[in-house]
Amino acid sequence: MMLSCKEVTHLVSQGLDRRLSAGERLRMRLHFLICRGCTRFQQQMQFLRVAVRRLGA
Amino acid sequence: MKSFASRVEDERAYLLRYASLQLRDRHAAEDVVQETLLAALAGEAGFGGRSNLRTWLTGILKHKIVDAIRRAARDGTAAAAEADADFDELLFNQRGHWAAAQPAWPDPDASLEQAQFFAVLEECLARLPAKTAQAFMMREHLGLETGDICKELGVTPTHCWVLLYRARMALRECLQANWFSAR
Repeated sequence: MMLSCKEVTHLVSQGLDRRLSAGERLRMRLHFLICRGCTRFQQQMQFLRVAVRRLGA
Repeated sequence: MKSFASRVEDERAYLLRYASLQLRDRHAAEDVVQETLLAALAGEAGFGGRSNLRTWLTGILKHKIVDAIRRAARDGTAAAAEADADFDELLFNQRGHWAAAQPAWPDPDASLEQAQFFAVLEECLARLPAKTAQAFMMREHLGLETGDICKELGVTPTHCWVLLYRARMALRECLQANWFSAR
């Protein structure tokens, strides 16, 4: 079952807060292969984490 | 050579900005900063010049902030109803796919070198609903685990993930609109 972009964004966010299952990670990676929007979204979330950690550092 | 007390006092503005971002309440922020400065002056020996003064003070402040959030959660003040910022309907179509193409952010690492970027980021954080912002800052800035955040805010883990998700979506939109597309 393919994940929708909306579901992928939730998983990307949760991946920053909990350990995703192997199945979740696999389905997310498969989705990234065919979806540029979600690939960018994931990069942006990682950037956001770095940026907020540097805030006031 | 400045006295310890005046060097501590010099950090007040920075600490106040830091606390305001996390507590979303000017009075509560002033209270925790005051407590922090008093604790610092009383504990000068604990500093001993070992580390950066700001880092040391921020460490004390973080504990005071967590205490303040805990008190607020107990009093029910933090449980005030939140405007439900639901981006899902705007961003995704009915089948859950992006409603519009998502633009790439040009050279994000260069932004990390610019003070103006962090000013925009702070402004975006200030626009988040209070509880959403608290959950996000506890996670990303204080580095707490989700379990601890849920406990402090008195919400379920699922709700906690939803708060963090909303914060990230809102910040992304805000940075997109006010920084990346404005360059």
